[in-house]
Amino acid sequence: MTGLSARRLPLLDRLRAASSSHRSISSIVTMALITALLPIIATIPPFSGFNPQSVWVNSFADAGVYVLLALGLNIVVGLAGLLDLGYAAFFAIGAYTYAYGASPFSGNDFPFWGMLLVGAFVAAMFGLLLGAPTLRLRGDYLAIVTLGFGEIVPTVFLNADRYTKGTNGISGVYLPSLPGYQFTFTDPWPFYITMAVIVTVAIIAIFRLQESRLGRAWMAIREDELAATSNGVNAVSTKLLAFALGASTAGLGGVFVASKLAFVSPDQFGFTVSFTVLAMVVLGGMGNIWGVAAGAFIVWEILTVILKQLNAVLAGTPLSGIDFLQYQYLLYGLALVAMMLLRPEGLFPSARRRRELHAAEEAEEPAAPTGALEGAGQ
Amino acid sequence: MTATMEPRPVPDATSPDGRLILELDSVHTYYGHIHALQGISLKVHEGEIVTLIGANGAGKTTTLKTINGLLHPRQGKVVFEGRDISHTPAHRLVHEGIGQAPEGRRIFSRLTVMENLQMGGFTRSAAEVAEDAERVFELFPRLRERARQAGGTLSGGEQQMLAIGRALMCRPRVLLLDEPSLGLSPLLVQQIFAIIKQINGQGMTILLVEQNALQALTIANRGYVLQTGRVALEGEASMLQQNEMVRKAYLGEI
Repeated sequence: MTGLSARRLPLLDRLRAASSSHRSISSIVTMALITALLPIIATIPPFSGFNPQSVWVNSFADAGVYVLLALGLNIVVGLAGLLDLGYAAFFAIGAYTYAYGASPFSGNDFPFWGMLLVGAFVAAMFGLLLGAPTLRLRGDYLAIVTLGFGEIVPTVFLNADRYTKGTNGISGVYLPSLPGYQFTFTDPWPFYITMAVIVTVAIIAIFRLQESRLGRAWMAIREDELAATSNGVNAVSTKLLAFALGASTAGLGGVFVASKLAFVSPDQFGFTVSFTVLAMVVLGGMGNIWGVAAGAFIVWEILTVILKQLNAVLAGTPLSGIDFLQYQYLLYGLALVAMMLLRPEGLFPSARRRRELHAAEEAEEPAAPTGALEGAGQ
Repeated sequence: MTATMEPRPVPDATSPDGRLILELDSVHTYYGHIHALQGISLKVHEGEIVTLIGANGAGKTTTLKTINGLLHPRQGKVVFEGRDISHTPAHRLVHEGIGQAPEGRRIFSRLTVMENLQMGGFTRSAAEVAEDAERVFELFPRLRERARQAGGTLSGGEQQMLAIGRALMCRPRVLLLDEPSLGLSPLLVQQIFAIIKQINGQGMTILLVEQNALQALTIANRGYVLQTGRVALEGEASMLQQNEMVRKAYLGEI
């Protein structure tokens, strides 16, 4: 085992070096490969036993929404270290922005593609709005204020029923279209491809951010705000930008969801969403961009596809007596507990986070030469 | 040691009558209702080491925080290179040329030594940062050995070196040091003070806050003795060392 990994290391290192110097290209290639492979994997047992390919592809598109949410929340929680428990609010704001922009309810019919940017922008503005009063708060106090914001936003959409049709939600939201092509409910492929492109762009943008001056400022704030300030980091603008940019991907996800379901209602954006996205970020590996994306994808597929179909798949086996659907959230909870006990740094941790959680073990060996900063400085 | 932190020519480091670089003019600072600084006035000239000494709670750290922008005076003003910086936010002052190693060192313990230095050069370009990191490594060879090690795994003395090195990365025109000897063994204290003297020899103006009055007065040109938010005594360091009151109160003589 050790011999094998030792032989593989140089190649891996070389690949890693190449991919970090051409990060955008490697992100595009990786995402293209994943996008091509996923539908194929869906046709191979055991996955083919769960669902037909088109249902899988549909779920991949839905999972992409949560990948976007996790990527955005990772900016706030993973990169800047600000605990946000009300992140679903920005998701709701993105979705309602599209519902106002393109539905019979509002009478507007702006194109989906432009509304993606508008949704991201509006969500970012609300990110600033939430960020401003929380600037002096840290840790638990910040979490409580964001939790409140996450509750307020869906409640406003629920109660302002003259403008939002309240609990009924806004239906008949227009599906996206391209010149000469109209997206339909029955064909998940265009949504899947669209989502793959959006996620690719988001990943490239977030990598750029992470390696920028702003990314370093986020890291400094996360580690020690006072020390960051005394090194010339503007804590106010740095935190506000984390909230705004983090919220923007939730805006993208919201616009996508509204257009795909052709429907928005307040109960799509409750605390469960905020909590699930946070769990995805933590499980995936806080701070690691590919890690949180994978974490979100895996958690989504397990929650909405695998656990739901487990009864059908296991029919005829000794386990068929168990109603897994009924135990869905129990299993999910147990998985979270087990995960935090066994691998608190997440499935795909960032090097720094591993260092933090396994500081005792690593103190005995020299620390690994990792971190984007080093690369940037040399 | 040939490395200089300042590329431009500097006046004779030991001369106390260099250009006035930093001045506090009867500064009053409050923590809420607590009147912490009650009219502090002090001057720092280019190339000097000026030390603030005094007992716990005398206002030494508060004075530094009022200079570096973490606190702002309610009355009086802080003037740096002719400009009133009384209400300039802390992060701006780093750009203006005030570098500091804060109390308790506050290095980024999960970042490597190199990353800590890069963070110190946050206000500068990547090329300048690489160059300055090299200078810091010449000053502190120990840090070079540990460049890839996480800051938190360093010893106390090494962390203090890192804190000073990081502060130098923004190429300050005045360096504020808050209790650099805190928690260090006597031998390390001497080493750190020797390094402070050496940095000063390269032209750096230093404002040094210390409880270790004896050591501080040994390397400083001038000193201010603070007592309950006021300047109780000021003068040449050698004069303060001879002063009866200082000897009794701070140098441990009976």
